[in-house]
Amino acid sequence: MTTSFKLNGKSIEVETAEDANLLWTIRENLQLTGTKFACGIAQCGSCTVHVDGVPTRACITPLASVAGKSVTTIEGLSEKKLSALQEAWIAEQVPQCGYCQSGQIMQAAALLAENPSPSREEIVNHMNGVLCRCGTYLRIIKAIERASTSA
Amino acid sequence: MNMPSEQNNKPKLSRRQFLTAAGGVTFAVAAGAMGFKYFAEPGKNKKTLPDQEITAWVKLNPNGEIIFYNPAAEMGQGSMTALAVIFAEEMDADWDMVRIESAPVEPDTYGLQWSGALGGPMLTVGSRTIRGYFQALRHAGAQARNALLQLAAAHWGVDIGQLSTEPGTVVDAKGKQRISYGDLAALMTDTETSIELREIPESAWKKPEEFRLIGTDVPRRDIPAKVDGTAQFAMDVHLPGMLYGSVLRTPVHGAKPTLKNETDIRKMDGVLEVVMLDHGVGIVADNYEKALKAKRALQVDWSQDAQAQGYDSEAAFAKYQQLARQTTADSRKVSESGNYSGAMRGAQKTYDLEYRNDFLYHAQMEPLNAVVSVTSDKKSAEVWVGTQGMDGSRKAVADALGIEFEQVKFHPCYLGGGFGRRSMSGYVEEAALLAAKVDQPVKLIWTREDDVRYGAFRPISVQRMQAGVDETGELVAWGHYIAGTGGGLLGSAGKCDYYSLPNHRIEVRNIDEGVRTKHWRSVSHGANKFAIETFLDEIAHDLGRDPLNFRLRLMREHPREMKVLKEVAQMTDWGNAAIPEGRARGLSVTDHGGSFAAGVAEISVDEQYKIRVHRFWTAVDAGIVVQPANTKAQIEGGIVMGISSVLQESITFKDGAVQQSNFHDYPLLRMADVPEDIEISLIASEGAPSSIGELSLPLVGGAIANAFLSLTGTPLRHIPFRPEKVKAILNA
Repeated sequence: MTTSFKLNGKSIEVETAEDANLLWTIRENLQLTGTKFACGIAQCGSCTVHVDGVPTRACITPLASVAGKSVTTIEGLSEKKLSALQEAWIAEQVPQCGYCQSGQIMQAAALLAENPSPSREEIVNHMNGVLCRCGTYLRIIKAIERASTSA
Repeated sequence: MNMPSEQNNKPKLSRRQFLTAAGGVTFAVAAGAMGFKYFAEPGKNKKTLPDQEITAWVKLNPNGEIIFYNPAAEMGQGSMTALAVIFAEEMDADWDMVRIESAPVEPDTYGLQWSGALGGPMLTVGSRTIRGYFQALRHAGAQARNALLQLAAAHWGVDIGQLSTEPGTVVDAKGKQRISYGDLAALMTDTETSIELREIPESAWKKPEEFRLIGTDVPRRDIPAKVDGTAQFAMDVHLPGMLYGSVLRTPVHGAKPTLKNETDIRKMDGVLEVVMLDHGVGIVADNYEKALKAKRALQVDWSQDAQAQGYDSEAAFAKYQQLARQTTADSRKVSESGNYSGAMRGAQKTYDLEYRNDFLYHAQMEPLNAVVSVTSDKKSAEVWVGTQGMDGSRKAVADALGIEFEQVKFHPCYLGGGFGRRSMSGYVEEAALLAAKVDQPVKLIWTREDDVRYGAFRPISVQRMQAGVDETGELVAWGHYIAGTGGGLLGSAGKCDYYSLPNHRIEVRNIDEGVRTKHWRSVSHGANKFAIETFLDEIAHDLGRDPLNFRLRLMREHPREMKVLKEVAQMTDWGNAAIPEGRARGLSVTDHGGSFAAGVAEISVDEQYKIRVHRFWTAVDAGIVVQPANTKAQIEGGIVMGISSVLQESITFKDGAVQQSNFHDYPLLRMADVPEDIEISLIASEGAPSSIGELSLPLVGGAIANAFLSLTGTPLRHIPFRPEKVKAILNA
């Protein structure tokens, strides 16, 4: 199967099996490994990417479903320089093991794109689907608040 | 790609190759097992120094760059930065010139013994990295600084006594001259100057008040790469021609597989190898999704002779309870003092209660995985892995392939969480066994379901607590009987040196069930401190005593711990604070690896019987704190993981098999359920650095249960406190 879509702003075409999945295609075929595999059933959010701007769990997304659409990964969020959100993430020293953080940042970026000054409650509601085992949640909230006030 | 070494993803050269290959390198400080050697010209000295002696903590390049070799795994705890800070402090290095690379896997030099001396395994466990390496790295840093002073003295022809350092620079105040560390390194290219690497007594090291890096918030070096997606986990390694591995493992630990449809599986699209393992069947395919598809198609009969066959964790509680209640049993004594039986008999009032905890799963976010490449002659290999046990994993690959340790090139990657799970090397061995069957590298990836079902869990236990008090309400006898399955893991933290319990008996009683158990963040501190601290509050509640004063009385001979408890009491205005309607607070304390912490939780119970933790306060004495902000992050993370484990997490077995498989039935705490605020106070101390990563988690069970007792008058005695259990208890 040939699938054409935009990946981080560039039009690409990939050749895969009919039932190929977006996450494994991004990670293993295209070697953009910032997007993580962690549960495979959309329970943790580590694989979050944007599909036409909407935060999407790549692990349950058939590759065929993004044909003609625009997919953004963590690599596309900061191609030239880090976004204000990522700078805030560094300022708050958010990550510990770091494995879930691409997903956290992609989920948060989609929130700020829609709502540049979210309340704490809006942040929590929007971010609740993305798990962090190291327990960095409070710092994630602070980083989003920092990015929203500095935006 | 950013590996823990902050290098790109090119395979890292071994130390030996580095010295011979890097023409521009001028000198290095090399540490033998105990003593240090200096060598000016790598090529020349290579001849006089056997390879195994060429090991080092640091390399100084002529451009002034200082390479620090990090001996520990980086799994989120931040020690890769903290260890470099400790070394740079004593070397008086300019922090901006310090780069961090992974040390070669040479345990004789870089490992840590349990005594704290160098030369044990390179095993990042037990919250021992900072406390273990602190003195050795300060000494090494002081030696490096002294060597630079010698060089400058020789260069200028002045007495070393008139020289001092400023960050990255040797200063001759008398002669009014300065030279940077980098320029000193450059001088070494054309000098035969012999530098003696001297023992520097501790009295000549910096005094704590002279620290300019230790105790400040130096940003973690791993964080930028974890924010732009370039941090390299083993999961992210990609090699030319790489194949993919998946393994179907036995649902009942110890059962052996018989594969019924190997021929059909081998015919499947993309399948290159089917590998029989003792505990399962491995697939190697040219694509991961195809490997998974083949794995799902496997038809396997499992032997019915495993020890774990039929194990039922819910039913097993009765066995553990009976074992905990036996007056004589095959026990391992954790601690005994005074006359426990006599004191119990003579007590005015006695207490006898039981506490329970389920198995817990590590749930590190990165499922286990490893990449192994075996040369076509099968005589050497390379491995890319995130592991807590670097030499253990390297050895696992060597043993699996029947080759020497030295023939395995090891590439450490960041760990997407460890928590004890990555101190085992079975997954690395599996990758090696799969890679041995093909001529290309293999990336073995565990699914989340694999990771849960073939987990190695924090032990289940029943804890019988006994105590006697005299007519004044003084605790005069203390008994703690821990029964479960988990062997040596069960007894961790049973002993409470900070309480005066003159007549006590603490015992572990184990039944080997053949199921997999393992160290899990804080080991059994989480379960045992819950039982101890909850029991204390139940006694205090019964006696009408304030939990704070009750504990302070028990700590009367332990001023250091008392100070920590008083600090958290002050932070929370204990006893006087206006607590919102419908909420209550509970207190608990714990020790870990020389550290001490006290915590307070403020909770409520909602209409669905769900316990909500609104706020959490912690006071901590962990000795000298190298990185305060990062330490707070670790304390905070431990509390969040603790809340998750205490309120939600449970692994159960039926018919010998784990019942859970992924985050839908093993739920972790989500953002909506973290406290609004976690307040942490680090007690100023000049004591030796002590445990941090595992310190706070054991506070949580007791603090929540004690808040619940205060709120409802009803105790919680079985972790986790899920809504259905809370409902049953409150409606009982």
